[in-house]
Amino acid sequence: MTTAVSCLGLTKRYGEIIAVDHLTLDVPAGSIFGFLGPNGAGKTTTLRLLTGLASPSAGSATVAGMDISSGGTALRKQIGFLDQSPQYYGWMRGRELLAFVGEMFGLRGAALRSRVDEVLTLTGLAEAANRRIGAYSGGMRQRLGLAQALINKPDVLFLDEPVNSLDPAGRHDILGVIAGLRGQSTVFMSTHILADVERVCDTVAIIDRGKLLVSSTVSELQDRYAQPVYTFEPEPGMEPQVERLLVALRAQPWVGELRREQGSVRVLARDPHAASREILGMLSSYGVAVQRFERGRPSLEDIFLRLVGAQNTEKATAH
Amino acid sequence: MQGLGVLIRKELREAVRSNRLLVVGVIFLLLGIISPLTAKYTPELLKLVGTGQAGVKIILPAPTVADAITQYLKNVAGTGIFVAILLPMGMVAREKEHGTAAFVLTKPVSREAFLAAKLISLLFMLTVGVVLAALATYFYTAILFEPVAIGGFIGCTLLILLSLLVYGLLTFLGSTIARSQLPAVGIGLAAWVLISLVGIAPKIAQFTPSGLMEPATALAQGTQPQHLAFSLVGNVGLCVLVLVVTWLAFRRQELATAGA
Repeated sequence: MTTAVSCLGLTKRYGEIIAVDHLTLDVPAGSIFGFLGPNGAGKTTTLRLLTGLASPSAGSATVAGMDISSGGTALRKQIGFLDQSPQYYGWMRGRELLAFVGEMFGLRGAALRSRVDEVLTLTGLAEAANRRIGAYSGGMRQRLGLAQALINKPDVLFLDEPVNSLDPAGRHDILGVIAGLRGQSTVFMSTHILADVERVCDTVAIIDRGKLLVSSTVSELQDRYAQPVYTFEPEPGMEPQVERLLVALRAQPWVGELRREQGSVRVLARDPHAASREILGMLSSYGVAVQRFERGRPSLEDIFLRLVGAQNTEKATAH
Repeated sequence: MQGLGVLIRKELREAVRSNRLLVVGVIFLLLGIISPLTAKYTPELLKLVGTGQAGVKIILPAPTVADAITQYLKNVAGTGIFVAILLPMGMVAREKEHGTAAFVLTKPVSREAFLAAKLISLLFMLTVGVVLAALATYFYTAILFEPVAIGGFIGCTLLILLSLLVYGLLTFLGSTIARSQLPAVGIGLAAWVLISLVGIAPKIAQFTPSGLMEPATALAQGTQPQHLAFSLVGNVGLCVLVLVVTWLAFRRQELATAGA
């Protein structure tokens, strides 16, 4: 396996604050890598380090085989970068900005025009290409951001929250574009929208407070944290019974975590055998009629919350 | 300096599209036009004010080319300072503030090229402005008085440009150090005040932009400048020093992205 991005003890300090704390990870070439973490976890700082906008306080990293500290313009030729809130020159038109970026990468003449047209079509911006960027919506700016990041057909594409300003249709389109890059470019995508990661990413890393919690493929992660999740959706009007049931469930040693979301209840089982024996009986004995009941694998969100939650609990206990 | 050509083209397009070049041109053109007009008509206006008032008799010498040159220096080199300070205040700071500096500098262009393109744009706009002022002053002086010796007038104009460039570069340094435009303009104005205070001591003044005014006047009037070499060396040296400090401040500066 060749690696496109490799960090070894990468650290960034701002005075007393450690934004990135001895980060060591490898991103396989050609993969779509989801870089997850809560707000303030150090995702954007890591991206700034890897794209040369900030210098590491300690440790090292390579991108496309080049050291981030000495790669300079040769390294930047191989990468594309989309900022989380892209701001470009408002006086330029969309097509003009893409031509400007293409020229910075050495494209000229017909090759430049053709590549600009390609990325405009790919990102669904062809119709707005001749409008001033100042008049673009947040979603259009994000599409333009992806277009400019793709203009050089980068070896490694860094995306910081690439779909956070998009509506569901826009999100679907852009995730489709990102998924289409699999095998051609390595995509290093920071996000906290876990459903998107599950949809397009092969490998993920989760960081919190600058520290790497886990790094693996999505399926390995689901296998590793394979405790089943029971989801049930009570019939309407069952609220008192559900409340009593939840109190009882919380007291059970085999229950790892309980969550209510959009009318359903998710129970992460710490002991799968005990859970499968008892949960249906408890539903029945508390008189909770259900519309739906299922046993499934944990979602990435379950794993994320479990890991980040455990980290925060450890911190709280330590203090 | 990888990417210099592309970045210069972008800066010049921005200067035109944002109307900055037009505004600078119009301001300097007006400053150039009013200089000989003020020299010519101020005495006549004063005479008109005095006429008809009992006991008041204003006697003023007839205005000369020297008065037009004095006005030219006062207006273009004096009032022009504010243009030279306001023009570069956001050149780097605004791009850092908006995240566009980070956007450009993740592309294969060097930081030297990023700064150099902006400096070239600054020099270009100041040059366009000063040349327009010079042409207007030369033309109106020739009409209202008599033609000025062209060689000396060009020398005088170049010295004015150099003096404005010093203030422009000092503000550009402020724009490079500061994270937003306001501190940048503060640095430019502070430099202007400091230079004005230092200029009180004649021995030091000759090395500052205000020290360029005596040789500029002498060149335009066709007389021998007193300390042209000292002033040139002092001001060019100051420009080089400011450029070096600017580069040292920017070369390893960490740049924030728009959302960071």
